[in-house]
Amino acid sequence: MEKNSKLSIITKGFFKENPVFVLVLGTCPTLATTTGVIGAVSMGLAATAVLICSNLVISLLRKLIPDKVRIPCYIVIIAGFVTIVQMLMHAFLPDLYELLGVYLALITVNCIILGRAEMFASKNSPVDSMLDGLGMGIGFTIALFLMATIREVFGAGAFAGIEIPFLKDHTISFLVQSPGGFLVFGLLIAIVTLIMNAQGKKAPELGCAGCPAAAVCNAASGKCPEKEEKKGEAENA
Amino acid sequence: MLKELAIILMTSVLVNNYVLSRFLGICPFLGVSKKLDQATGMGVAVIFVMLMATATTYPVYYFILVPNGLEYLQTIVFILVIAALVQFIEIVLKKYIPGLHKALGVYLPLITTNCAVLGVTINNITDGYGFVQSLVSSLGCGLGFLLAMVIFSGVRSKLDGPETPKAFRGLPSTLIAASIVSLAFIGFAGIIDNLFA
Repeated sequence: MEKNSKLSIITKGFFKENPVFVLVLGTCPTLATTTGVIGAVSMGLAATAVLICSNLVISLLRKLIPDKVRIPCYIVIIAGFVTIVQMLMHAFLPDLYELLGVYLALITVNCIILGRAEMFASKNSPVDSMLDGLGMGIGFTIALFLMATIREVFGAGAFAGIEIPFLKDHTISFLVQSPGGFLVFGLLIAIVTLIMNAQGKKAPELGCAGCPAAAVCNAASGKCPEKEEKKGEAENA
Repeated sequence: MLKELAIILMTSVLVNNYVLSRFLGICPFLGVSKKLDQATGMGVAVIFVMLMATATTYPVYYFILVPNGLEYLQTIVFILVIAALVQFIEIVLKKYIPGLHKALGVYLPLITTNCAVLGVTINNITDGYGFVQSLVSSLGCGLGFLLAMVIFSGVRSKLDGPETPKAFRGLPSTLIAASIVSLAFIGFAGIIDNLFA
């Protein structure tokens, strides 16, 4: 039983609570780095590494960090790990470092990482938080891989840089440009909505549940902030 | 000199539009674009914070980090500076310009974790811009953000009619509309070469 619950912490990030398609967090890197499979997977793995480390540290410090300044504390911890990943990539994988460019630094403000810190790591034990980080990170990587595969195969007629014989002469080049990102993401969310509707679950909405600014954002856009908060709590229970 | 600044401005507003072609600041773009007045408020707040953030991070980078060989701390320092700056702006506005605070107040905290603001400060350093160029580039990115928000809020008011298929209601139709707006901006790709040739 104990083992099952640990396993479910990891696997829930894959599909049931996939951070990109179900929770709809981290949309910026999802759209920006999925023009090619290699960039997408390395982005996913870099974010996973940051997510596991930051979840662990935040969970260890969760009783020490005062509630009022928790968001700045989380951001500093996350930014620290992002810097470490940046330096390691710059030293050992310079090509990928160039490819990801500014988006590597922007992992700092990726709402998946801050969202998991706020929703999970600040309330759970270090081991569970690490597993949650691993699961969510893999879910993020799967989502990026899926998007990038569709965009690269049909947009550039290649897979991870290897050309595909027939498709390379019949590319839909706008898929690798910016509108294609929005389009593929929209279609994939529509498919997820269809599946969720068939199972009688709530359709994915723009993920505010984990965002630290959720209350403000919802107040600004006229939604009920309390409802959103409860949703976040129910998820952790 | 002036021509160069004009090129930077036009490029960042139309060609490299932060939201529609570089995918920065997607959360507020999708979240706060339902009504025109909110979209405008958010856009103006972003322009304001981008300019202030650039004016602060530029000297911090070149006069504190570079002389001490601490360039690698860029990400941490910039995010802290931006977070502190947003808090500071909010307090100052609340005390001295309550009217402006009332108009922009709710949007300011949202901007701390907006990747467009961190993105613009980092990009200005990476592109090797001088101080004035950085400010112009930030102004352009902010204006581009405002433009995208305003156009998109107009598009969005026509969405979600009764004829949308059930699976596409809500987020999917919004994203596909964003794709079409973004397609329109691709048309600007050659405008700089032709305008300033």
